[in-house]
Amino acid sequence: MSLYDGIFYAFAIITVVSAFIVVLSKNIIYSAVSLFITLFGVAGFFVLLHADFIAVTQIMIYIGGILVLLIFGVMLTTKITDVKLKTKNINALTSAIFVIGITAVLIFIMLTTNWKVAEVVKYDETIDKIGVLLLTDYLLPFEIASIILLIALIGAAMYARKSK
Amino acid sequence: MEVGLNHFLIVSALLFGIGLFALVSRRNAILVLMGIELMLNAANINIIAFSRYGGLGVDGQVISIFVIILAVAEAAIALAIVLNIYNNFSTINIDEVRTLKE
Repeated sequence: MSLYDGIFYAFAIITVVSAFIVVLSKNIIYSAVSLFITLFGVAGFFVLLHADFIAVTQIMIYIGGILVLLIFGVMLTTKITDVKLKTKNINALTSAIFVIGITAVLIFIMLTTNWKVAEVVKYDETIDKIGVLLLTDYLLPFEIASIILLIALIGAAMYARKSK
Repeated sequence: MEVGLNHFLIVSALLFGIGLFALVSRRNAILVLMGIELMLNAANINIIAFSRYGGLGVDGQVISIFVIILAVAEAAIALAIVLNIYNNFSTINIDEVRTLKE
């Protein structure tokens, strides 16, 4: 087992275990902290897959942005003195059977399909290539994404404030 | 066993399943959002794994940037909606939120 494999398995265990804690924890703050670890693990996968720019983007946007936003949401929607911070699972057994079924089907399909695996290219810096692609082939989606972000910004700010 | 495409696909399937479990079993709106984030991350791992092993080059990574952008927009809007629900109903248990207006 090479070093690469060992790092992969370490990240896989970290990611999956902390994702389980996100879902099963009774305390929503624990869930938020576990989500932090999960997102870091996914960033590690991106590094292993030679996507360095995406890994940094993942850390900056998911952990620096979305997670802070989620924790603000937790703070704003629960009274700290309230025991409502604890949440419970309902229909846990039914949904567990359902989800295990779907996951098993997904894994079965992934393992039995004969994927076309191309020759693995040597690692090369991706930042300049991504920049060129964003301004040539993907220019229209790029501009639309910026408009979507502007709409989301204005819409969220308008919608979240009290309307009286 | 050499780590290859299948290993990444299995991890992403597991993450997807866990996110789906949060979506169907948890009743706290913010935990449902966390489940959606897990599922989007699983999709991103898939896209990047295929872009590395499938010979797509950097195009897959550009597409995953758009996934991240949409996840950000979704999280912002969804949290604004959750805050509004909390202001109107004093709860974010999505089973108790059944009416469109008070």
